[in-house]
Amino acid sequence: MSGVQTFFGAIGEVAILTGQTARELVRRPFEVKLWIVQLEQGGVQSWSITFLTAVFTGMVMASQFAIGLEPFGASLYTGKLVSLGIVRELGPVLTALLVGGRVGAGFTAEIGSMAVTEQIDAIRALGANPVRKLVVPRVVAMVIALPLLTVLADLVGCLGGVFITMLEVHISFRFGIEQMIDTVDVPDLIHGILKSAFFGYFIAIISCWVGMNTRGGTEGVGQATTRTVVWTSITILISDFFLTRFFLAIYG
Amino acid sequence: MSHPATPVVPETVDGAATPPADGEEIIRFAHVGKAFGDKVVYEDLNLDIRRGETLTIIGGSGVGKSVCLKMLIGLLKADRGSIRAFGDEVTTMDERALMGVRSRIAMLFQGAALFDSMSVEDNIKYPLREHAWGTEEQMDARVAEVLELVDLPGVQKLRPSELSGGMKKRVGLARTIAMKPEVVLYDEPTTGLDPITVRRINGLILRLQERLGVTSVVVTHDMDTVFTVTNRLALVYQRRIAFVGTPEEARHSDIRFLREFIKGGRGVLQEDLS
Ligand SMILES: Nc1ncnc2c1ncn2[C@@H]1O[C@H](COP(=O)(O)OP(=O)(O)OP(=O)(O)O)[C@@H](O)[C@H]1O
Ligand SMILES: [Mg+2]
Repeated sequence: MSGVQTFFGAIGEVAILTGQTARELVRRPFEVKLWIVQLEQGGVQSWSITFLTAVFTGMVMASQFAIGLEPFGASLYTGKLVSLGIVRELGPVLTALLVGGRVGAGFTAEIGSMAVTEQIDAIRALGANPVRKLVVPRVVAMVIALPLLTVLADLVGCLGGVFITMLEVHISFRFGIEQMIDTVDVPDLIHGILKSAFFGYFIAIISCWVGMNTRGGTEGVGQATTRTVVWTSITILISDFFLTRFFLAIYG
Repeated sequence: MSHPATPVVPETVDGAATPPADGEEIIRFAHVGKAFGDKVVYEDLNLDIRRGETLTIIGGSGVGKSVCLKMLIGLLKADRGSIRAFGDEVTTMDERALMGVRSRIAMLFQGAALFDSMSVEDNIKYPLREHAWGTEEQMDARVAEVLELVDLPGVQKLRPSELSGGMKKRVGLARTIAMKPEVVLYDEPTTGLDPITVRRINGLILRLQERLGVTSVVVTHDMDTVFTVTNRLALVYQRRIAFVGTPEEARHSDIRFLREFIKGGRGVLQEDLS
């Protein structure tokens, strides 16, 4: 089977896993300790990669627009374009792609190793539920962490943009910030943050599903990890289109 | 603590296990079929297991010995046929009902399947916590007790990565028996271990059966296990159980591979069956 076929074949099973996750999520007692471990590993430890990605994205966009807009005498609009681009698209999407690669691959490798060494069978044999123990904490962590990381990316990306605009277009820092605040509406921000919550869910559920279905020893774990990176990236990019159309239809 | 004063493992394990006292039948596979995609593992699996006995399952690599054990506790679903445990049909149970079966029938996995992310102590407490077994102090005591039983006192704080293969198997066994199961399924408990550790583990299987009345199902490639712990021997061959009988009966079976396995021709068995 080709990769694309397997990908679409898996959608049904991922949906089933989502149902099980939802059921276990609301079942008491909540295993908050496990959730916090994942928040720490998936979320807190991803801030530096988010920071770097965002600051350079903001700076490179500002460089491009400052030069590209000059022939039209529109360089002063650089800040507007950069902040809109970051807050609406690049903040959520690039953060999801980068964090998805890092965290998703980690989830799959960890759960995949457990699958091939029968640790997942052992969880069930010892009277526990692997979805509850492994999937729920990771989904919770990513749905919470990714929007927060996106806020960080938005902020840092815009500041990076302002910094380059100051150098290139010779605006003041104050003008740059005011222009940014002027341009970005609350719906723009919310739109991006909501999208990132969906991306967080996709990253966690796909990487967990691939991990739990890993076969074939250590080699299988390697292949599964690669598969997760590809599948989460594709899912983020495709779903971004539909989510964007959906939110645009709502907010206009 | 059940037997504090006695040595945990007999120094040597000689002679065959005592014959079963004709226990009642507690587990029965009837006409079970199982396939993964195109690969048929079982066509017509029939087998019964009696209370108090040690049943040993042998067969070539990849014939489905592990699959047989996993179907019994519902880790894998049979495609057709019936599997009854303590009178209840396992094949139609949901995950919740299976928890009941799994607290009575515990499994020691092929690679021990210890949780890498946890200490030995937390591994053994895992089933206890899931079943709200008792207070933290009671659990500490139980952990110490089962570790003593497998002859590994004091390793509570170690991580699985710090243990040797044989120690992992024994910690896995400690975790398996922590909930006091009535039946223990051993999936290749001695494969890949040195002869001394093999004897020690065979001694443990025997001891659990004789002193705690545990019913044992042992998957093995090991002749020592066959002759020290087995009451009845079952051979997985051609997608079913092709032979069930005492090791002595197996010597005179008309299945050539079985006779050769019993004579010590382990390699022959592996080649011819796979
Ligand atoms: N979850 C699974 N998905 C797909 N195929 C499986 C699965 N579990 C087992 N199989 C296949 O079923 C067959 C029997 O496997 P099983 O693990 O029971 O063999 P075994 O007799 O225990 O062998 P070994 O001595 O190597 O442990 C093998 O061909 C294996 O590849
Ligand atoms: Mg096996």
